[in-house]
Amino acid sequence: MSLRVDIRKSLGSFTLDVDFTAGQGITSLLGASGCGKSMTLKCIAGIEKPDEGRIELDGRVLFDSAQGVNLPPQQRRVGYLFQNYALFPNMTVRQNILCGLNREKDRSARERRLRDMLRRMQLEGLEERKPAQLSGGQQQRAALARILVSDPQILLLDEPFSALDGHLRDSLKVEMRDLLQRFGREVLMVTHDRGEAYNMSREIAVMDAGRILTLKPTKELFADPGSVQAAILTGCKNIAAARRVDEHTVEVPDWGVRLETKQQVNEGLCAVGLRAHYFNPNAVQNRFPVRYVEEMEEPFETILQFRYAAQREDSPPVWWRLPKEKKSAVFPAELGIAPANILLLYE
Amino acid sequence: MSFDWYPLWNSLRIAAISCVLVFFTGIFFAYYAAKLPRAVKGVLDVILTLPMVLPPTVCGYFLLLVFGVKRPIGAFLLQHGIKFVMTWYGGVLAAAVVAFPLMYRTARGAFESFDKTLAYSGQTLGLSNAYIFWRIRMPACRQGILAGTVLAFARALGEYGATSMLIGYTPGRTATISTTVYQLWRTNDERGAMFWVLINLAISTVVLLSVNMLEARQKKAVKA
Repeated sequence: MSLRVDIRKSLGSFTLDVDFTAGQGITSLLGASGCGKSMTLKCIAGIEKPDEGRIELDGRVLFDSAQGVNLPPQQRRVGYLFQNYALFPNMTVRQNILCGLNREKDRSARERRLRDMLRRMQLEGLEERKPAQLSGGQQQRAALARILVSDPQILLLDEPFSALDGHLRDSLKVEMRDLLQRFGREVLMVTHDRGEAYNMSREIAVMDAGRILTLKPTKELFADPGSVQAAILTGCKNIAAARRVDEHTVEVPDWGVRLETKQQVNEGLCAVGLRAHYFNPNAVQNRFPVRYVEEMEEPFETILQFRYAAQREDSPPVWWRLPKEKKSAVFPAELGIAPANILLLYE
Repeated sequence: MSFDWYPLWNSLRIAAISCVLVFFTGIFFAYYAAKLPRAVKGVLDVILTLPMVLPPTVCGYFLLLVFGVKRPIGAFLLQHGIKFVMTWYGGVLAAAVVAFPLMYRTARGAFESFDKTLAYSGQTLGLSNAYIFWRIRMPACRQGILAGTVLAFARALGEYGATSMLIGYTPGRTATISTTVYQLWRTNDERGAMFWVLINLAISTVVLLSVNMLEARQKKAVKA
């Protein structure tokens, strides 16, 4: 059971060129807006046609430019949850879900599957409502019901939570994750929100300018993003150009420091990343004198910006993020960071 | 002598039939023009919209160039018993040509504002393209298409220039409200002209009121 995608498509300013295999469970495509994530989903669903390449789902060829195969979306068995849910506004919830059952010719089976899905998605009592009369969460459930009832072999989710308010989003994430785990097939989700990707997915593909930079299990990606773009997209605030000195030492000219690393430094290193959470006034390793610059308060955390004593003036300050209760009255004179927390970033 | 209601009947007949023709052709071209490559679309758009901006007499002139009984196409049609010059169904042709751009452009505007993801999601759910067109796209664009139809009907009803060029004015045969008004005025029957003017005013007012009501409903629908 897997989705195999290897396609190219010219998008004007850049070329979409993706090659990946997504296995069981939820895979996220994480990238900034306009990087080609949604276009990738559209190509898989058959809404857009790649210039060349091949798309294979569980051994079925959906698209192959060499063989001249290009199945219409109707025959792909690919479920697509659109950002705005795309419920048909002129139809009731019931009629919308019946659209997903158009392949079921037996009348009583159709009715049974409809009732079953309404119950599973907690939509009972809302059957005769029009989409405009539903809340955002109900719309999302109705759209998912319509897709799941059509029995797709893979589910594509395009920024599934972006149309929802903050508090609703968090509760729906949990609900959706449980639902998708029960779905038991491949799910490919597109998002620009690293938190969402982390919450939901088993593995994450980082996309930038039409290419997939890395595809890794979620926790591995956050522990070792591997490239500058991936580090930025996983929320690393402090990134600076760096040079390899030896197997466990890197030099960061902008900050005027040499850092000891736990991971082995390979040739081709271009930068290092330090996550804002990992600085520690009590750490003994990678400990350097620092100078306070500015403070920014968040609801439960404080961001303290500082400069290394030998830092170049034209480089941006370094961010240190810590829970408010851990903040001391006096800014420490020196800060350290554990060698295991130095992210090594390559071209 | 009983009053001659023929112009009213003839005008309504011409407007209704040309409106039906324009409804389908307008929607057809609006739907397929949207799918064409940009350059082709631009050229086609100009050609299809021209009758709206040209003087109707110029449209009538072109129609005579094509369908005049001494022209190749007109002569060919005449051999098969079809004659557009000086017949009431020639009036249908003239009205349809002039009213077409109104339907085409309004329908195109409605189709362009249609949320494409609705069609895409229908396709991924396995719905046929015909089902998506008639059950999802058309209902979603209903207000715009209705407004276009009403405008096309009103334009067809009031057509004068192309009509008088192509079918002239023969009482009881090709007379329409608009050509009758002109004819009566020309022959100093001011009261007669006024009567038909009032009839025309009444019809146009009803038509425009219904357009406004449709637009108001559409705005309300957009808000909801």
